[in-house]
Amino acid sequence: MSSPNSAYPDTPETRTKPKRHEWPLWEVFIRGQHGMSHRHVGSLHAPDEEMAIKNARDVYTRRNEGVSIWVVEARHIAASSPSEKGPLYEPSESKVYRHPTFFDIPDEVGAM
Amino acid sequence: MYAQMVKSESADDSAEAKAFQERIDAGEKIEPKDWMPAGYRKTLIRQIGQHAHSEIVGQLPEGNWITRAPTLERKAILLAKVQDEAGHGLYLYCAAETLGVSRDELTEMLLDGRMKYSSIFNYPTLTWADMGAVGWLVDGAAIMNQVPLQRTSFGPYSRAMIRICKEESFHQRQGYDIMMKMAAGTPEQKAMAQNALNRFWYPSLMMFGPSDKDSIHSTQSMAWKIKMNTNDELRQKFVDQTVPQAEYLGLTVPDETLKWNEEKGGYDFAEPDWDEFFEVIKGNGPCNTERLAARNKAWDDGKWVRDGLLAHAEKRAIKKVAAE
Amino acid sequence: MAQVDQAQLFEFLCRMGDNTLVLGHRVSEWCGLAPVLEEDIALANTALDLIGQTQMWLGLAGEVEGKGRSADDLAMLRDVWDFRNVLLVEQPNGDFGQTMMRQFLFDAWHLAVLTALAESSNDRIAAIAAKAVKEVQYHVERSGDTVIGLGDGTSESHQRMQKALNLLWPYVGEMFVTDAVDDAMAKAGIAPDLATLRAAFDTHVGGILTEATLTIPDGKFTHKGGKTGFQHSEHLGHMLTQMQWLQRAYPGATW
Repeated sequence: MSSPNSAYPDTPETRTKPKRHEWPLWEVFIRGQHGMSHRHVGSLHAPDEEMAIKNARDVYTRRNEGVSIWVVEARHIAASSPSEKGPLYEPSESKVYRHPTFFDIPDEVGAM
Repeated sequence: MYAQMVKSESADDSAEAKAFQERIDAGEKIEPKDWMPAGYRKTLIRQIGQHAHSEIVGQLPEGNWITRAPTLERKAILLAKVQDEAGHGLYLYCAAETLGVSRDELTEMLLDGRMKYSSIFNYPTLTWADMGAVGWLVDGAAIMNQVPLQRTSFGPYSRAMIRICKEESFHQRQGYDIMMKMAAGTPEQKAMAQNALNRFWYPSLMMFGPSDKDSIHSTQSMAWKIKMNTNDELRQKFVDQTVPQAEYLGLTVPDETLKWNEEKGGYDFAEPDWDEFFEVIKGNGPCNTERLAARNKAWDDGKWVRDGLLAHAEKRAIKKVAAE
Repeated sequence: MAQVDQAQLFEFLCRMGDNTLVLGHRVSEWCGLAPVLEEDIALANTALDLIGQTQMWLGLAGEVEGKGRSADDLAMLRDVWDFRNVLLVEQPNGDFGQTMMRQFLFDAWHLAVLTALAESSNDRIAAIAAKAVKEVQYHVERSGDTVIGLGDGTSESHQRMQKALNLLWPYVGEMFVTDAVDDAMAKAGIAPDLATLRAAFDTHVGGILTEATLTIPDGKFTHKGGKTGFQHSEHLGHMLTQMQWLQRAYPGATW
């Protein structure tokens, strides 16, 4: 997230404050009980990979959705670019995996 | 709704903007790295952020009764429901983050009052029947808005809404289930149920926001498919759905003018007090101060925890590198 | 199944159920107020597990007692002196660190006990323990990691965790003190001899606390009186005034 406030220009700039020290963002992939591949289910924040896996268990498997969890820090995901004209902003390079043909979430997550 | 009175930015008339609108009209989903008009991005950040804040603040009025739930099962159900709200807030913040704003930044804007949350959560929960009324009416009103939003044009928002709607299916039912028990219970319980309906009816109608038939903002948001219905449409649908449910319970909707209108195929009903609504939005609702104070306290009290766990993770990462 | 005095068995089951009831309630107090959303959700999961275990333990206790009392009756209609939870779990939440330290110390004991109870000569107890032990394995992993992370985090988080440990350590001993009820359960093969679990507990807890750079306070003193019901802390009564309020205010109503 290079410059969040540029994406939210009507937000007062907070440059006087020290830079935020936030928990990194992680992407969560879960393999359900039917032998299918791991599927992207969402994101969360955690201080490190162990807590990210634990948080994923608590956040994304509350309804017995999964048997295996992968997490990867969002900034480590590489992805292809959409073919659109040059982006107006360079929004969060880290989150391009959200391209729908890649990670389409079904209406019924139970059918994973 | 959970995102009430979100001010919409206007579109520009560039070639990109036209192509963008064509994609939306064709039913394509917009993804974070795609080109999008600045106004679309800003409006979405406001709307998704306000929606997320509403989930988080919305934990408080129901959380107020977890420690007083009357049975172990009721306690577990209520806790699971309020926990879901935390989850829904989390999904929505993540969707907003794809637009280039961080969760902590959004949180700070909630805490210092720059961003809003739904007016409904500034009303107090005074009796156990309120847990029923909130689930039945407040979740019922929310679902009315959220189901169509599953088809919204922005991919991450749409996916978050799909997950949320799937999980929310039990929320309204558990509320109605509480109401059924109360309405069929002792005279005191039934009175409690009626009292809860009396207090939550108009605030629930306010959740849809004032009439926006002629609003330019609303028109733009609907063209962008980040708002799927007008406020009045949804409010009418809610009333039509809810009145028979109240009748089934043997409870009276606190509106003397309520009357079935054969011609329009829906109920005529009284508007809520919009002056009250604007006061609540301004901060003068019965619980605004408490709600924001509770969120601020949780955030401030939690700082050492967030910092501590992060410091530990960083120490470990350094050790790991040193060992390799 | 070995013969055992049913009143003593009831007492034992109340101890198990009251521990989870009271701790589950305490943890549920955090809902909506945790330091970060992910922790809020995780704490609720822990509380939900504990409430579920309570329903099983107190449900069985009611059956054993044979007076027609349900788990809810036992939870909502007994007064302080009838509760049989250890003092540790009724201690107030304090800050998040105190809550997690309390959780970890209890989880470590709970896991050891449930692991043994899964082999109980009483099939019903073994079945409850077998279900609960899977949940508690995760609880102790999570609470242990959090104790380590905060103990070995910033100087502020370290100090807070050391303070929490100093406050709560004198409540650990009660979990291992045995009386006639425990002896009868052990003799019948229903429950383990608690004293035999202490060494493994010390190793487990000691390892985590060392990693957390925390020091177990000196002294053998231990607070007692919760599990026998002889003398609870003042905190429990206030908790019950909330937890039991509706059932007390509207007797006989169904909810």
